[in-house]
Amino acid sequence: MAETRWRAPDSAVLKPVWLDDIAALYHRPSGQTHLLAEPLPQILAVLGNEMLTLSELQSALAVQHDMDGDSAALAARLAELVVSGLLVAG
Amino acid sequence: MRHSTSISVGPRTFRIGSDWRAPLRALEAIYEDYPTPSDIPHFTVRLESDRWLRRFVRPSVSIRGDYTLPDALPVSLAHGLIAAEMAMNLQMALGERRFLLLHAATVERDGRALILTGESGSGKSTLSALLMTKGWRFLGDEFALIDPLTGLAHPFPRPISLKNAAIGVMETAYPKGKFGPLLEGTPKGDIRHLVPNARALAAMREPAKPAAILFPSFGLPKAQREVGQGEVFVRLTQASTNYTALGESGFNALTNLVTTVPAHAIDYPDTATGLKLVEQIWQGLA
Repeated sequence: MAETRWRAPDSAVLKPVWLDDIAALYHRPSGQTHLLAEPLPQILAVLGNEMLTLSELQSALAVQHDMDGDSAALAARLAELVVSGLLVAG
Repeated sequence: MRHSTSISVGPRTFRIGSDWRAPLRALEAIYEDYPTPSDIPHFTVRLESDRWLRRFVRPSVSIRGDYTLPDALPVSLAHGLIAAEMAMNLQMALGERRFLLLHAATVERDGRALILTGESGSGKSTLSALLMTKGWRFLGDEFALIDPLTGLAHPFPRPISLKNAAIGVMETAYPKGKFGPLLEGTPKGDIRHLVPNARALAAMREPAKPAAILFPSFGLPKAQREVGQGEVFVRLTQASTNYTALGESGFNALTNLVTTVPAHAIDYPDTATGLKLVEQIWQGLA
């Protein structure tokens, strides 16, 4: 079975605005506003339109944002973002 | 409706109908200095008796109109003026779609607006009324109307609803002010309306660019702090009655306001200290 990969939704779906260190995201399909604190905005930024595996994402977060963390916690955050419609899994 | 009148406040016109003449007479008295309405009404309000007999025996006023709260209790006819004011506010809170509404007082100086927002009792009405007596233009003490297209704050200068101790404060601070009747024993205690001054009414269609947001808290030891954008955003979504209804337009209006206008929280034990803090913050703006 292929390893799960994630990517951020198309840019037309989400409108992000930074409020100091918090990101406010307007989710156009639902009309809901989400407020995300670190590391969630960074996860979305790193993913962009690329489909990344968990280990690829973990490496990219370490390189681009100097973020380290265990993979189980990262997987849990990814699952929450998918449920909220802020991330696409495939 | 047996009786009716029309009132314009800022950019909005209300048609108010009533089963009784008295509440409209009281309303017309405190709105007599307002410009004559020339628009088609944006909202309709009706002050009605629940049952025919209630028009005459222990008369009580139920609030109806374009938008209603199903569980709102009727009030005594003696408080019909408050019922009319509540009904007009309700239409704005539930029905307004052009402007982002913030539950806030707004004053202006040198073309720049100061928005004071907080829960009932925070002192925003009293502070804004006092600032009006000190050379600021009064734009409103109930709703700040933010235009999503321009970011400007539009006035909604309805009569200032003074409650309990604030009544005496303003009677002393502004003896030449035009006050409505003292309404005792309302659900919010004693209430007396103060009509905004001539300058506020003459300019009630002139918006101003927001320059600062304040979160006042009355009755606490003197303190002041800057408020971060994330906290301001959350507090203003809570202070808005139509943020969700406006959709992306509301998001754009609010994020634009929060990212371009500085915000401070002030705690103050008395109004003199509150006014000093306001002036200090205003002077400190770039």
